[in-house]
Amino acid sequence: MSSEDWRPGAPLENLRRRAQVLARIRAYFAAAQVLEVETPQLCPTTVTDPHLHSMQVPGHGYLQTSPEYAMKRLLAAGSGSIYQIARVFRADEMGCRHHPEFTMLEWYRVGFTPDQLIDDVAAVACLALGETRCVRHRYRDLFRTRLGLDPLSCSIDQLRAVARRHLDLAFDEADRDTWLELLMSQVIEPTLGIDTLSFVVDYPPSQAALARLHLDDEGQVVASRFELYHRGVELANGYHELLDANEQRARFAADLREREALGLPAIPIDESLLAALASGLPDCSGVALGLDRLIMLAVGSDSLREVIAFSPASPVWSTRTQPERTRTENQG
Amino acid sequence: MASYSTNEFKSGLKVMLDGDPCMILENEFVKPGKGQAFNRVKLRNLKTNRVSEKTFKSGDSLESADVFDCEMQYLYNDGDFHHFMEPENFEQHQASNSTVGDAALWLKEQDLCTVTLYNGTPLAVTPLNFVELEVVETEPGVRGDTATGGNKPARLSTGATVKVPLFVNQGEIIRCDTRSGEYVSRVKG
Repeated sequence: MSSEDWRPGAPLENLRRRAQVLARIRAYFAAAQVLEVETPQLCPTTVTDPHLHSMQVPGHGYLQTSPEYAMKRLLAAGSGSIYQIARVFRADEMGCRHHPEFTMLEWYRVGFTPDQLIDDVAAVACLALGETRCVRHRYRDLFRTRLGLDPLSCSIDQLRAVARRHLDLAFDEADRDTWLELLMSQVIEPTLGIDTLSFVVDYPPSQAALARLHLDDEGQVVASRFELYHRGVELANGYHELLDANEQRARFAADLREREALGLPAIPIDESLLAALASGLPDCSGVALGLDRLIMLAVGSDSLREVIAFSPASPVWSTRTQPERTRTENQG
Repeated sequence: MASYSTNEFKSGLKVMLDGDPCMILENEFVKPGKGQAFNRVKLRNLKTNRVSEKTFKSGDSLESADVFDCEMQYLYNDGDFHHFMEPENFEQHQASNSTVGDAALWLKEQDLCTVTLYNGTPLAVTPLNFVELEVVETEPGVRGDTATGGNKPARLSTGATVKVPLFVNQGEIIRCDTRSGEYVSRVKG
């Protein structure tokens, strides 16, 4: 170890800017009478999402990948609108824009529609970025105009052909959502929000996660989910929150089936969340925003290392046991 | 043979891709918050030297390539092949002119160099970073001119041409950096 390795990786000037953004956010929510809360980072259960890998702490449970479930229990208990600045953990995520430990700003507004929450998200983003114009795109329209296909009705072969036109791929087979996520994250996302706050709405129902479904103007079932992109970076993910405990249980079960098919470990379902939903979650919209990424963009950087005091050194930081991957791909 | 998963890909790792040995140059992790993770990986094909960027699904793996570097002594060129010898066991290897490529411009008989072996046969040859070679052809030196900073071309015994200061004479030995192809200094004979 060199004698200078103890020093922070981020310039102190950026850390001061970070503190300033946090203070503005707290002032914003205090003025809006949104209550700051803290929930455990270490819980007996965690998300079932096949693409999120929780770190397990033997004998204690899992480090949380987001504070969503605990915050929904507070909402069901009558907390009213709440926010949290939470440290969250995701195994196997390391890169310029990914750290295995990061800071998430998550908030829920009781009685808000997704449209109202989008305005709220824009206001919070502008606290860090300064006044920035907002634009809105429907997920389906983005694929139609940028890639020339309808993501909800096209065939897997069409998705594969378009992906091959844009990218040099090391794989041939993938399920429908993987092709969509590939095209969204590798081809469309880098062009989004270059000088705007770009909100994408109406996701495919298969990517609803914890969002409700609704019919769009074309009579198509879509997820009441939105994402915010700025300068080609995914910043936030919001939902009109699903209230139906039975539907939520069915989505957990579907996740667990997919986990099994992928050879991933099973996760105990969070029965406390389901009981809270059954007892009644108020109508609300919620969003999670990557605070480190927002600050990264605010200081004009393209790496999280510039805004996090001490970044992990190793590109591999995995506490998850790697499953044997003899994956049979689902043609979907 | 061992295989490596995308989260083990790091710069310098040698892997097999589409039947060719490749070296990983960069590996960038990209993931939508809620979706499948991908790795955008920059690789150099060690046979063609071409660099490409491939997109992998995170968790996919590649077999390691049986590629390693071996220090050898350059023996001679018979017109078609360059011949090398492992100093420890005297085992000899031959590499075609196309395999050796521009490295031939810096190879002096008896000098050491690095031979990259793939499945036991030479894939590439890298000369030492610094080599000492004789100037076989250059304009006569300008005596005493060590300050003006001008230079002139000089052909070396191995065939390379480098720019040398005006004071360097034919028959002198000079030290060169093979990575940049530049003159470093005169070597006292």
